[in-house]
Amino acid sequence: MNAKKVIVACGTGIATSTVVADKISEACKKEGISVNIIQCKVTELRSYADGADLIVSTTILKDKFDVPVINGLPFITGIGEERAIQDIINVLKK
Amino acid sequence: MPEFNLLNEDLIETELEAKNKEEVLEVLAKLLIVKGYVKDSYLKAILEREKVFPTGLPTDGVGVAIPHADIDHVLTSGIALAVLKSPVKFNVMGNPTEEVDVRLVFMLAINEPKMQVNLLKNLISLFQDKNLLIKLSDMADKKKIIALLTPLINANSST
Repeated sequence: MNAKKVIVACGTGIATSTVVADKISEACKKEGISVNIIQCKVTELRSYADGADLIVSTTILKDKFDVPVINGLPFITGIGEERAIQDIINVLKK
Repeated sequence: MPEFNLLNEDLIETELEAKNKEEVLEVLAKLLIVKGYVKDSYLKAILEREKVFPTGLPTDGVGVAIPHADIDHVLTSGIALAVLKSPVKFNVMGNPTEEVDVRLVFMLAINEPKMQVNLLKNLISLFQDKNLLIKLSDMADKKKIIALLTPLINANSST
């Protein structure tokens, strides 16, 4: 199976996307899913979204993408984190 | 990984009274500017970013905000912290039409996100600890705040 391409975006591409990317990477390792995680600013999403399997963002996306989008905020507040991980795994296992 | 002294008494404001989020952002950004952690351009960058990508977090117990700006404005990594006497409203990250009452503001000056992933992770895991947030929001002694937070933020940072 080819590695899945996951884009993690936040406002500056620094703080929250770093944490979210790390948590997704850990969760995928546990599930045996091979992933290639790319971290970026939300304004750079368009240039990275090509061929992506999933976008996880901690900010609102104004543009529409042909890729599933999951809200990354639960990884920051801890509220609904398990569910968000499950959603991500479900998308990547398809 | 080098040692980071991310928290510093000079970068903490306790019992801060502020009318709104802009006032808090200005106080904290100026601390970071005066102490040489960030460039003068940081304040404007923070205010603008907060408008477009708000950083309020509807955390359990006490609302938290984590304003930050592009690495271009940062000279040295550090965290400025404000414990507010009464809450101010921040818009919610990822959901800008909603507001959250915030009493703890962690302003992040980050210039090496990849190296600081553990610190960021540890910091953000603090926000998931309701009792800790409640305790922190009532603390006025800067030394005690540093003693409480430093070991938590530095945990596992060598791995």
